[in-house]
Amino acid sequence: MNGRSLAQQVFTFASARREVALAAFLGVLLVAVALRAPAYVAPSNIKNVVIDSSVLCILVVGQLFVILTRGIDLSPAANLAFTGMVLAQLSQSHVGLPAVAFIVLGCLVGLCLGVVNAALIAGAGVPPIICTLGTMVVYRGLIFILSKGAWISAHDMSEPFKSFPLETWLGLPNIVTTALLVIATAAVFLAYSATGRSLYAVGSNPLAATFAGLSVRRTEFLVYCLSGLMAGLCGYLWTARFAIAYTQAAEGREFAIVAACVIGGVSIAGGKGSVGGAVLGALFISVIETALPFIKVSPFLQTAIFGAVILIAVAVNSRAERSKGRLILPSTESASLRIALSAREQAR
Amino acid sequence: MSAMARSRNGTLTVLGRWEAMLVLLLVLVCTLNAQLSPYFLDVDNLLDSTFTFAEKAIVAFPLAILIIGGEIDVSVASIIALAAVMMGVCADAGGGTAMIVATGMVTGLLAGLVNGWLVTSLGVHSIVITIGTLSLFRGIATAIVTNGAFATFPPGLFFFGRAYLGGRVPFELVFVLVEALAFGVLLHMTVYGRRVFVMGNNVQAARYSGIATARYKRVMFAATGLFSGIAAVFLVSRLGSVRLNIAQGWELQIITMVVLGGVSIAGGAGTILGVVLSILLIGALMFGLALINMPGLIVDLCLGVLLIGAISLPRLIALLARRRIF
Repeated sequence: MNGRSLAQQVFTFASARREVALAAFLGVLLVAVALRAPAYVAPSNIKNVVIDSSVLCILVVGQLFVILTRGIDLSPAANLAFTGMVLAQLSQSHVGLPAVAFIVLGCLVGLCLGVVNAALIAGAGVPPIICTLGTMVVYRGLIFILSKGAWISAHDMSEPFKSFPLETWLGLPNIVTTALLVIATAAVFLAYSATGRSLYAVGSNPLAATFAGLSVRRTEFLVYCLSGLMAGLCGYLWTARFAIAYTQAAEGREFAIVAACVIGGVSIAGGKGSVGGAVLGALFISVIETALPFIKVSPFLQTAIFGAVILIAVAVNSRAERSKGRLILPSTESASLRIALSAREQAR
Repeated sequence: MSAMARSRNGTLTVLGRWEAMLVLLLVLVCTLNAQLSPYFLDVDNLLDSTFTFAEKAIVAFPLAILIIGGEIDVSVASIIALAAVMMGVCADAGGGTAMIVATGMVTGLLAGLVNGWLVTSLGVHSIVITIGTLSLFRGIATAIVTNGAFATFPPGLFFFGRAYLGGRVPFELVFVLVEALAFGVLLHMTVYGRRVFVMGNNVQAARYSGIATARYKRVMFAATGLFSGIAAVFLVSRLGSVRLNIAQGWELQIITMVVLGGVSIAGGAGTILGVVLSILLIGALMFGLALINMPGLIVDLCLGVLLIGAISLPRLIALLARRRIF
């Protein structure tokens, strides 16, 4: 009798805290994979999985900021590839540059590309999906112009450039430490800083946020800058980790980034989501992607399984995300508020 | 989405109708092309150049209506790939031309029905659902074709993508024009079309005024899937083979066609005429760039700049005008 109510309690707790449910599911998945292929959970392999998921985790945090404000950024993968190419060329021409310089420059280059998105979206009012769809192909094209289609491979890159991500400090590879730092900073930023909270406010109800004195545009501007900055940082880490820079680097990852957020319970309608959930979503995708070869699933099946997993996760999450169908008053209210707001803007 | 919700009223007042700007751009691109190459203004050349965008245009019209209705489908290229692969499977199994064509169309229709069913039953934004089915459909196609190819099709199939009517006009082009006309009438002259606009502007108001919004959505997704299947028929017919990367990246080009045509991504606004003009503009631009031997990635870059420029410039001008800088 007690057992059943306990199970119910656990279920209620788990469905209330999506992160807990997702973490539990991730654990079950790991156990299932381990039963089929024990080699997967060997410490050396787990280490590799964590290293390879670091970049995705950082990218997902950037995407989280954007999606929280009801936006979407499809350009981080292209941004990553562009920044990686710029830095790889720099490491060729300036052999003496230390790793720190590449990190700073990577962030700056990424930030610049992010500012382009931010200016178009927050400044000119271009819908985020259109803008970032456009900049995505533009950035790819720019890499092609920059590199003339050529690859930069390991032996063309300088030693400090290549070695930083996998060098260990306090027993952790730098790439993992960087990801942990970004995750921790983002979690504190979102939970405890006024600016971080304003992301939720703007995403939940832009109009109410405006009346509360928050600038929707400034918040939007900030998130696309941050997303660009993270993508730039990843541009360095990715390129140095795999020691290769080419035009199609990380192509198609934009969908994995958005999917990780969705799996992690971040609402595409804005205002809902946490760093923990998003990072768990990223880990989930990393585990699926790396485990499939271990349990001898044909690589040709991976894309289909990936798609099915996204849809299942969406279906599971949908109960929480379903829009309430009978809210007539709130929308009428928001319509009248919008009229009031536009009247105010015209008076100005 | 706050940014998405901004209407293009500003655009309309500053530059007149969106379509007027597209015509202007089209004239500009054609003039430039004619300057670049003496071969541009050749009627047969121009007619043949329509092959480069005809299959994408076939999908652009139903997708435009879907976007006007407030939804989006980013899985269209994956549906084309899946339908093409199923056609290959059918041909390998000894199916005749009619059977292969039916397979392509039915596959597309089924995929569209799946999208529509998922969107309406889960109540999640369609971009999330179709990002999932984008992977799923492409993944099933990949699992079937692996690293091989389907290259044997009955000669009868080649009519669709290679035939000329009257010896000059490609059959594909005629199909696109007839389709545009049919969808134009459907969207702008029937009650069904008006309801789509209502749904795009306010889906709840549409529901409360008695429109079966879920059924409309399912039909719109099914139509987008069906026409993706038809596009696959034309594509396979023209290429004569199906490989893993068939129609890769087309979703972006097709969505670009729709949005550049003045269809609001937030729903509720847009015209078929605008989409036709944007297809012609993109076609002319791609043809011109091909004439001066631009690599594919640069062509994509130009399309991206065109898309962002066309959407943001009028908004910027309106913004500056309001601040009385002009």
